[in-house]
Amino acid sequence: MTTHVLSQLRNLEAESIHIFREVVAEMERPCLLFSGGKDSIVMLHIAAKAFAPARVPFPVMHVDTGLNFQTVLDCRDRWVERLGVQLVVASVQEAIDRGLVRPEPNGSRNRIQTPVLLEAIEKNGFDAAFGGGRRDEEKARAKERVFSFRDDFGQWDPKNQRPEIWNLYNGRVHQGESIRVFPLSNWTELDIWSYIEAENIDVPDLYLAREREVVARGGMLYEVNEFTPLRDGETAEVRSTRYRTVGDANLTACVESTASTLREVVEEIAAVRLTERGATRGDDRVSEAAMEDRKREGYF
Amino acid sequence: MTATTHATTFAAGPERSVDLLRFATAGSVDDGKSTLIGRLLYDSKTIFADQLESVEQVSRDRGNDYTDLALLTDGLRAEREQGITIDVAYRYFATPKRKFIIADTPGHIQYTRNMVTGASTADVALILVDARKGVLEQSRRHTFLATLLGVPHIVVCVNKMDLVDYSEDVFERIRAEFTEFAARLRVPDLTFIPISALVGDNVVNRSENMPWFDGSPLLSHLERLHVASDRNLIDVRFPVQYVIRPQSHDARDYRGYAGTVASGVMKPGDKVLALPSGLETTIASIETADGPVEEAFPPMSVTVRLADEIDISRGDMLCRPNNTPAALQDIDAQVCWMDETAPLVKGKKYAIKHTTRWARAMVKDINYRVDVNTLHRDEGATEIRLNEIGRIQLRVTQPLFVDPYRQNRQTGAFILVDETTNKTVAAGMVGGLPHSV
Ligand SMILES: Nc1nc2c(ncn2[C@@H]2O[C@H](COP(=O)(O)OP(=O)(O)OP(=O)(O)O)[C@@H](O)[C@H]2O)c(=O)[nH]1
Ligand SMILES: [Mg+2]
Repeated sequence: MTTHVLSQLRNLEAESIHIFREVVAEMERPCLLFSGGKDSIVMLHIAAKAFAPARVPFPVMHVDTGLNFQTVLDCRDRWVERLGVQLVVASVQEAIDRGLVRPEPNGSRNRIQTPVLLEAIEKNGFDAAFGGGRRDEEKARAKERVFSFRDDFGQWDPKNQRPEIWNLYNGRVHQGESIRVFPLSNWTELDIWSYIEAENIDVPDLYLAREREVVARGGMLYEVNEFTPLRDGETAEVRSTRYRTVGDANLTACVESTASTLREVVEEIAAVRLTERGATRGDDRVSEAAMEDRKREGYF
Repeated sequence: MTATTHATTFAAGPERSVDLLRFATAGSVDDGKSTLIGRLLYDSKTIFADQLESVEQVSRDRGNDYTDLALLTDGLRAEREQGITIDVAYRYFATPKRKFIIADTPGHIQYTRNMVTGASTADVALILVDARKGVLEQSRRHTFLATLLGVPHIVVCVNKMDLVDYSEDVFERIRAEFTEFAARLRVPDLTFIPISALVGDNVVNRSENMPWFDGSPLLSHLERLHVASDRNLIDVRFPVQYVIRPQSHDARDYRGYAGTVASGVMKPGDKVLALPSGLETTIASIETADGPVEEAFPPMSVTVRLADEIDISRGDMLCRPNNTPAALQDIDAQVCWMDETAPLVKGKKYAIKHTTRWARAMVKDINYRVDVNTLHRDEGATEIRLNEIGRIQLRVTQPLFVDPYRQNRQTGAFILVDETTNKTVAAGMVGGLPHSV
């Protein structure tokens, strides 16, 4: 009876493709923010589908905190190589060295990515930047438009967003202003994994469960490595873990898991009881409005 | 492989074969919209433990004796401080039957345009009515807007039944009052459900406090609602979004017209007519990155290749030779005005976006403004202010390929953009077509 119905994942994919094409058709110089994490990978995968058989018609930009998991960097480079896209790296370390920004006392480079991002957007003349943000991630993101207008300081004004009606997106900006575009706005973490499985998408190995040497700290599990070495009095143990998000390597925790295949990850996420940020990101739990404040400053 | 099998083979696991339903809340301030969404998420067990912990903590800090579930969607600092919703929040949940995209919209009149944002793509509008207060001006305005936006299904949730002793009389009185109002609107499908968002009656679970109600609880109603037939599968409309021309040697002659199917079903071999040129040709193939498909239907994003080389660019439209939209420069439309700084006035020029085409438009005339309370038409109106609705005549610099909004929510819709501020200032819906081509 119900013919001509798209499954909800294909529906989401079609919406994202529409958004990519709209931006490329209307904006002068878009770029895609690419961290090598699962959301930016799915975003780039869909971008490639939107313009096939032509190449992705914009560069990708990595705001590099210098605190990277090697497997994530490797995966980033595989994607860049495979799709033949141009990679722009905006280095936080370099910005620290020349005094533009200073790391926070706890070593977090999350917040100081913003000035580096804004500077790179300006320097490269980007008037649109695709971000992998999803509305299900966080309550301030849940409020943001697909086309998120930013003034010439890159700031988001949540109380004064442009109406966004039907799929008639308005990307008109004056010189110096820009838009952030979120093609995955309506995807959930489960959608992302179901899609990665269905399309067999190349993601960094750390999303899959492996035996890892970890240490429990503040209710979270951190892998013992050069970013998070053992502290005095701590003991490491080997547990089967995986990562749900990929942020700064010194602050991103892993979770206990036996999901070592994409199928098992999908099953795990379908049953999970904590949000990905709540489970793994010490830096996001700072305050009720931490994300809103960061976005106002121009964060992703 | 046909398009339909393409779509279904993709859905390997049961949780992925589900379809998508978009719904928006609406109604007056404090009627309980956000609380209802919180309750839906909570009772369907789609709240994450850390999210719940956070709202429980905030509720405790404020000295509430119950958990304020509205905090699950009121995510902005200002919203939490004022206890109202200011802008749309999008939330997601899935049951084994469906995935839902929820737009929780503000009831406050000042933020009506954000309600329009949330409702424009909705399959269903949930209109909340406070059982103690009955049908208010804002309930009428939102219902009117929902019907104007062509939302095909309306569910009136008579909320806070716990505060009126779960009285059947109260429910019936509101139902009667609402039905009378709705009779003057175009409401294809209207349902009433008595609920308590705070306590949870008839949201996910059937209420034991209202045995007199024999309808379904809200969630089962939403799970069963048939929305597939709401789409227009008859009139082929394919606005060209982007022309794909690879700059590589092996694909030098490739030329594909990328876009999202607005309506109708397209197949390779179909004769098509391109607007504005009026030239006819045949669909050679319909492609996706996963290979060719045998059919394309809304809302698929595809790339169409044509048998003949004709000049087509972004903003053009493909349709069938015997079924074309009207190509109009004079447009009769209803608009919902969204600019707080200046009203819509006669003689003013705006940028207009319709499907994938931008042009400029001048307001030639304001026919009337609608009083949303009485549905009275004020024909002496000289301007349309923030959150008001009116009927206007536009003159556009180049033809737009339009259908009446009632027949086509894609090709009947446009936005107006202020050329100085670049803000989106109006949602427009094309009316009946007095002088179609
Ligand atoms: N007793 C009772 N109170 C309710 C019920 N539903 C909501 N409330 C209360 O009504 C108040 C307003 O609820 P909200 O959910 O914020 O209202 P809203 O419709 O989202 O308001 P806006 O978004 O600002 O338009 C809150 O104090 C709720 O706890 C109900 O079913 N029964
Ligand atoms: Mg609310």
